[in-house]
Amino acid sequence: MAKNSAKDIEVKAFATHQIITQPNPLRKVLRRVEEKDLDDPVGRAEQALAGLAGEFKDWMTSEVNRLSAAYVAIRNDGFTKERRDELFHAAHDIKGDAATFGYPAAAGVAESLCRVIEHAPDLEKVPSELFTHHINAILAIVHENTRLDRISVSAELSRRLRKVADDYLAHVNRDRPEHLEVILAPSIVPVE
Amino acid sequence: MFRIDFNKLRFLVCDDNPHMRRILRTLLHSFGAREVYEAEDGATALEMYSHYVPDIVITDWAMPIFDGLELAQMIRQPDSKGNPYAPIIMLTGHSEKRRVTVARDAGVTEFLAKPISAKGLYQRILNVVANPRPFIKTKTYFGPDRRRNTNSAYMGPERRVGEKHEVLQQPSLLDKARSSI
Repeated sequence: MAKNSAKDIEVKAFATHQIITQPNPLRKVLRRVEEKDLDDPVGRAEQALAGLAGEFKDWMTSEVNRLSAAYVAIRNDGFTKERRDELFHAAHDIKGDAATFGYPAAAGVAESLCRVIEHAPDLEKVPSELFTHHINAILAIVHENTRLDRISVSAELSRRLRKVADDYLAHVNRDRPEHLEVILAPSIVPVE
Repeated sequence: MFRIDFNKLRFLVCDDNPHMRRILRTLLHSFGAREVYEAEDGATALEMYSHYVPDIVITDWAMPIFDGLELAQMIRQPDSKGNPYAPIIMLTGHSEKRRVTVARDAGVTEFLAKPISAKGLYQRILNVVANPRPFIKTKTYFGPDRRRNTNSAYMGPERRVGEKHEVLQQPSLLDKARSSI
């Protein structure tokens, strides 16, 4: 790859800061092409991603099994930092991956679960139904009927769970403005 | 119009989720990349970063041992032996604005919220390749300039002061890192 020599890096030192500039070390990978250039790297990548679709069901199943196991461990032995983190990471991975795997409603439910785990002041005091409803909803969307995700009941389930979770979080954080602000802030991900 | 010669770029992908690593690898190879190194935790990623000296790092936030945020902070050490300037793209399920700010303050170059898309990833890579920002070093920050645009309507205090500057030359850390391989 392109390298910059020592003399190429320029440091302008001000009273409070330095501004460091250098020629773009990656400039040599840029290639000017005609507007009519037919190469479509994004289209090629989308096709390749579609080629993985046959594996998404299995991947999603392994993600929800991990989530389910994380919650079983908590139900049996209570919350510890490790068990809490494992539940959060399992839900967080589903939040990030499920839409790519074709289960957008499961991603929404997982996001709601992440918010409960992150913002509830005391996880031991969270009604267990709030956890089980979220987890069962994700299991239902993924395990019982993949078609469920494509119809309105799945999206409605996700919306209602989010509403219940948000109402709960707003109530238990009523004296914690820093959490309340985050809970009420809009997501940076555009709503589809 | 510009295209990127992906086959000349070296990527380091860091994500603890094997499915996401597979997706990233698939996307990058489809773009044309040949050299894609993978790590499943922050510690391994840092080791691979020193060893392979990637041109671009793509990292998740939540990971075991140390996370993507800590990885970015460790890479952005101005006095380290390695290359502290490599573009870092944070690809994460976190989607709150405050997370973007925290990532930015750790020296992350671009933020990409999941779900991942080929277009979103390509645009972030194109941006770091075609529009690199100068680096800023203060007492508390080292990383790409956080001011992407000039805001003429800004009314707050000016935190960067000092009209005159002196120009210092320093050895290229990138060169040092490359020659140590």
